[in-house]
Amino acid sequence: MTAAATLSRSERQIGFGLAFALALLGFIMAAAARHGVMAVHGAMALVLGLYLVFRIGGAFYEPEPSPDRANQYYDAPTRFGIWMTLIWAIIGMGVGVWVAALLYWPEATPAVPWTSFGRLRPVHTTGVIFGFGGNALIATSLYVLQRTSRTRLADSISPWFILIGFNLFCAWAVTGYVMGSTQSKEYAEAEWYADLWLVVVWLVYFTLYIRTLARRHEPHIYVANWYYMAFILVVAMLHIVNNLALPVSFGAAKSFTIWAGVQDAMIQWWYGHNAVAFFLTAGFLGMLYYFLPVRSGRPIWSYRLSIVSFWGIVFFYIWVGSHHLHYTALPYWVQTLGMTFSVMLLVPSWASAGNAIATLNGAWHKVRDDATLRFMFVAAVFYGLSTFEGSFLAIRPVNSLSHYTDWTVGHVHSGTLGWVAMIIFGAIYTLVPQISGCKEMAWPRAIEWHFWLAVGGTLIYVVALWNAGITQGLMWRAYDENGALSYSFVESVQAMAPYYLLRTIGGAMFLSGAIICTLNCRATFRSTPPLHEASDRPLNPQPAE
Amino acid sequence: MSDPHSDHTEVDPITGYDTTGHDWNGIRELNTPFPKIVIWALILTFVYSVIAWVLLPSWPVGRTYVPGLLGLNQGEMAVEDFRAMDAKRDEWLARFGAEDFASLQSDDALMARAMPAAERLFQDNCAACHGSDGAGGPGFPALNDNYWFWGGDPETIAETLQFGINAGNDDTRWAQMPAFDWMERSERFAVADYVAALPGGQADETAAGAMIFADNCSSCHGDGGIGGMMNGAPSLTDASVIYGQDRATILQTLRHGRQGVMPAWGTRLTEAEINLLALYVSELSRNAAEEGK
Ligand code: HEC
Ligand code: HEC
Ligand code: HEM
Repeated sequence: MTAAATLSRSERQIGFGLAFALALLGFIMAAAARHGVMAVHGAMALVLGLYLVFRIGGAFYEPEPSPDRANQYYDAPTRFGIWMTLIWAIIGMGVGVWVAALLYWPEATPAVPWTSFGRLRPVHTTGVIFGFGGNALIATSLYVLQRTSRTRLADSISPWFILIGFNLFCAWAVTGYVMGSTQSKEYAEAEWYADLWLVVVWLVYFTLYIRTLARRHEPHIYVANWYYMAFILVVAMLHIVNNLALPVSFGAAKSFTIWAGVQDAMIQWWYGHNAVAFFLTAGFLGMLYYFLPVRSGRPIWSYRLSIVSFWGIVFFYIWVGSHHLHYTALPYWVQTLGMTFSVMLLVPSWASAGNAIATLNGAWHKVRDDATLRFMFVAAVFYGLSTFEGSFLAIRPVNSLSHYTDWTVGHVHSGTLGWVAMIIFGAIYTLVPQISGCKEMAWPRAIEWHFWLAVGGTLIYVVALWNAGITQGLMWRAYDENGALSYSFVESVQAMAPYYLLRTIGGAMFLSGAIICTLNCRATFRSTPPLHEASDRPLNPQPAE
Repeated sequence: MSDPHSDHTEVDPITGYDTTGHDWNGIRELNTPFPKIVIWALILTFVYSVIAWVLLPSWPVGRTYVPGLLGLNQGEMAVEDFRAMDAKRDEWLARFGAEDFASLQSDDALMARAMPAAERLFQDNCAACHGSDGAGGPGFPALNDNYWFWGGDPETIAETLQFGINAGNDDTRWAQMPAFDWMERSERFAVADYVAALPGGQADETAAGAMIFADNCSSCHGDGGIGGMMNGAPSLTDASVIYGQDRATILQTLRHGRQGVMPAWGTRLTEAEINLLALYVSELSRNAAEEGK
């Protein structure tokens, strides 16, 4: 069944119109720019628009979906989103392993500009955060939203618009970097027109979420939806404020931020840290709060704790961005506030991790036997570990040792590999069989393999970089008894070699796991289910549209 | 059995608590009372924060901010730390700015104290071009040998460091290998063959190349390319090279000319640091002489 076949004829008309509009937009962009990055991006949008025009046009006269589809969840977009999650996982982590290897073998960099470390590094970060993480968030949020509201998505066009639009943004971003186009703001490197496009996509996402919630058949909004909504709302705010910029011309990719000096730095890290908080934490806590109880079959340990930690996380996180700018031109008082709020933030963070782990009480035998549940358990543990580490690193004197070292990179990956990626894999292994109508994944043993590769890879990566970072920090600050530096900088670089090699190995293990997961999902999606099993509760019956 | 915290009687057998009564697609929540430890942890971290706010610069008030009882100012603290470190270094480093090289070199205790620091200074500022052992590389001359453009005694090296070579300031040393692109190709080939054979001592002094060299090159490179003219043009007879003395590289040098840049360090390092480095570099070549390089 093609995606277009899930749309009614009038929806196909709208889709056709939107695809045509996209092609037109691409054409205008390409024509206005004529050459350079923006022209290439216009051409990409044009090709995508035309492709969709033909796809939808070709399926136009196919039979319409059955009228009782209003009584079924709409999972086709989720399925597409999971595919994109996996594709971006391989691209993003593949580039991660490649740049990790370049740090060990810098002389292996090919002598062409687009393969340089500086261009590929943001391809990695955007690829994994937005491509892998973002698609997983959108795909699971649509799934969770419908189930916890016992209603179908408010309409069938918006989810496609959101997913296709979001992936176009990601593709524009990473192809822009390899062509040398960047705003030079970490995690916000994409240029102005891609940013504007993302705002449109995000507004549609938020509207769809609210409209669907408004149609819910449950008296209360489940806490997972609170987290997903915080993610959508706050990311919109951060994205808009940090990306305010003036394009040099409407026909070129280059723009300049409207922020200047230390204000620019502060806004960037207010954005940067809350990207960690609301993209990489809040949304994934939503995922955890749905898939962990479902998979373990246990009730959430404490209702009250889940509500209080939600508000605690939302309130405290917004303040802490300045801990990225300790000992800089940023006024001391802003640093103190960032430091103290970071310390208080530990409490709601650990409360969430604790609530998740306590939920597993009574299901420990399942954790032992079921690799999928174990993914989620490990995710909760790493969430607790990395939030503790984060609060610790935010304390000024500690930060004077850790800042600018690989300790930060180790900390980031204990969060992103140990927490974000693990919870995504746990969610994928729970929902992919569900939306394929299967009882379990096609290759249950492969999940076990994936689990150990992921845990092993994460531990190797993180432990190596802890060592690396602390070694660097200590070498940089050491003076001999004559008041001269004890080590030259290059010695501290040479000392990194074994750790960078280990990181490459750990990363390669993690990547192999992700590839196994992708193949497993492919096999599961393709298997013809013995019976279409409805393990979901039935929807509240709706009058046919 | 019933939950002491609610009136419900349907109790989760594992925790002994009732659920809240909500149910989302099978997910339920326990009515667990709010854990006291969380409240204590919040109070504890809040107390830590209040102490920090009282002691350190913290909340903004109007156009200023709470300065904190400790009266800390990060700018002043940084400057003080730098000064303290400088003062400690100056116990021995100051002498490098004040005394002449001979007396510095004769003080073994001083040199033993200074050379490790000089090595790190070299690694941090010079190794990127000249190599961590001073052995140089294509385009960057070796410093650990006994072949110099300008001179290997500490005074001359210090001047090279101070003003650089082709570094774009008024006092910089200036050296240029002009392009000989106007020359006939055959002449360039002939002189290249001659120059390529110079280091081995096999050069044919009667060949056409030797004549061309004498007419065009020896004014800078000395008769027979022996150098020593103190104009930045290297000797072409010795074993050391900057760009390379094989035929192909020489032809490139002749076609396009060369003008290497050595940055001026006078604006970046103190006089004492420059003198320290000059001694270190001359030490490098002295060690080379002892090893017979
Ligand atoms: C950006 C690269 C670069 C850096 C950094 C650099 N040098 Fe040089 N240096 C050169 C080049 C190139 C030359 C040769 C210039 C020429 O071709 O005439 C040179 C020449 C020299 C010479 C002259 C050699 C002679 O035969 O007279 C000395 C001495 C020297 N450098 C010492 C140093 C020291 C000490 C440092 C560190 C403070 C340093 N250099 C840093 C590029 C560099
Ligand atoms: C005006 C003075 C001048 C004249 C004339 C001149 N040179 Fe040079 N030559 C230099 C200088 C100065 C350098 C060093 C350039 C540098 O370090 O960047 C140099 C460098 C070279 C080098 C590179 C040495 C190495 O180690 O890589 C070669 C070869 C050379 N000259 C050959 C010649 C030949 C052959 C001629 C005559 C056809 C010639 N030069 C004429 C000044 C001159
Ligand atoms: C296959 C596993 C991975 C490998 C080998 C890897 C490797 C790397 C490397 C080499 C860097 C650059 C470090 C530097 O500049 O010194 C990096 C940075 C980063 N990576 Fe990964 N990565 C992996 C997975 C992930 C995942 C899954 C995420 C997020 C979901 C992620 C998020 C980030 C972020 C945010 C940074 C920037 C860190 C900073 O600026 O401090 N990575 N990674």
